[in-house]
Amino acid sequence: MTYPEFDARAHSTADAVARRSYGKLVAFLAARTRDVVAAEDALSEAFASALADWPRNGCPSNPEAWLLTVARRKAIDMARGRRRHEIAGEQLRVMAEGLEAAAAESEIPDQRLALMFACAHPAIDAGIRAPLILQAVLGLDAAMIASAFLTSPAAMGKRLVRAKDKIRQAGIPFRIPEREELPVRLDTVLAAIYAAFTEGWTDPGGTDVVRRDLTEESFFLARLAAELLPEEPEALGLLALMLHAEARRRARRSEDGEYVPLAEQDPALWDLQMIDEAEALLLRASGLGVIGRYQLEGALQSAHIHRCRAGHSNWVQVVRFYDALFALAGSPVVAINRALAIAEVHGASAALAAMPDVAADVRLAEYQPYWAARAELLTKTGAHEEARHSYEIAIGLERNPAVRRFLQKRLSALAL
Amino acid sequence: MKYMLMAYVDEAGWPKMTKAEQEQGVAAYMAYGEALTKAGVLVGSNRLQPTSTATTVRAANGKSQVLDGPYVDSKEQLGGYFLIDVADLDAAISWAARCPAAGHGAVEVRPIWGMQA
Repeated sequence: MTYPEFDARAHSTADAVARRSYGKLVAFLAARTRDVVAAEDALSEAFASALADWPRNGCPSNPEAWLLTVARRKAIDMARGRRRHEIAGEQLRVMAEGLEAAAAESEIPDQRLALMFACAHPAIDAGIRAPLILQAVLGLDAAMIASAFLTSPAAMGKRLVRAKDKIRQAGIPFRIPEREELPVRLDTVLAAIYAAFTEGWTDPGGTDVVRRDLTEESFFLARLAAELLPEEPEALGLLALMLHAEARRRARRSEDGEYVPLAEQDPALWDLQMIDEAEALLLRASGLGVIGRYQLEGALQSAHIHRCRAGHSNWVQVVRFYDALFALAGSPVVAINRALAIAEVHGASAALAAMPDVAADVRLAEYQPYWAARAELLTKTGAHEEARHSYEIAIGLERNPAVRRFLQKRLSALAL
Repeated sequence: MKYMLMAYVDEAGWPKMTKAEQEQGVAAYMAYGEALTKAGVLVGSNRLQPTSTATTVRAANGKSQVLDGPYVDSKEQLGGYFLIDVADLDAAISWAARCPAAGHGAVEVRPIWGMQA
């Protein structure tokens, strides 16, 4: 092969390893030292070395092991440099021990779940837990996480560093919690996985590689959680919810890339295998006897699908699910969806009365689905002027072009 | 890792207790200290005199300033500490939860500035 071909192969191998094993390598490197920053730095240096070495010497047969060995050597060098003035002996000994342990392993043990539990520890500020998991386990950069969580990249970067410092300095352990504290601790882990999934989900065409990977990675994390914690109904519920949403990905856009709402989707385009798996998971979860947010949201997805397939209304049941969900997790987002379901049973005026109040929660003023839902309900009550105003705000807030065009079509239908 | 468990309690409560209650309170702390010792995690511990005995010193611009009273006036005051050596924060938290002060006040858990810091 010529040099450029080697180069291209080295890059694609490095990309594939980064995608497949980034979190696994960070988790393994940081598990003993609890130093996530050092693990990330060492790993990024190892990737840089790979891109210099692999085109010349060929890709190693086990790229993960190669990266791990180089990363660990870098980590030790960096620790020596950084902590010359401190007693770093213990730290270096721990790292060197890990190096030997890694050399003895043919397969790198998967400590991603333990890393997730460290990131979602109650001693970590609640607002930074999900971003921290996205960065440490999936390797997302601060700018992308910041845009998903609607803050500035600089502020997000600072908060991430502070949280990683806390893990190291306060000695937060990398392990799966004991039975009695597991449900509470698991809740924050699941919330982070779901946040990663919804971030990947905003690209139904699947053309944006980063987002598509994010969906795959979040499925990997959700499956990992469900597999390692098979007695936790909410872990099963989350996977079911994600499968249900993912099953309809193809149906959510028309052939020319237009947004298709659920009621107008072609069920032939739904992935029945995913739907069946989701239903089986929900059934298993319900057998474990503890209801929760994700199981309820999964059940709602299931109810929507049954209505579209069977063609008879089940809105009364859907409203009941939303009532339960609202009682459990009374977020404005749930309130909006609940109002839309109420419209199907009690009419648009009752639904408008059930909508959350923008004065009570200022974040709603910038939340597109709030304005789109309002516009739709106002249209049904005949308040076209107000509906038009709401559609305009919704269009102005939407960042996805297909959804924007869909809303614009609704608005122009109103004008006729 | 070494952690300082700092016991914050309302020191005004102590003189209001009956002698029997005080004895019971002291016994609970003794038992806690004993448990820490038996587990081999206790590095040191002390109970502090009330904040009425405190003096706060500052040396600003080379001039020392000495003030009567504690550094912060709060509803609950630092009444003592336990210095322990355990594996990680979870172990420190589980010891903090057993401290009698967690029941009638609060326990702040802080890692010691060591080689990990």
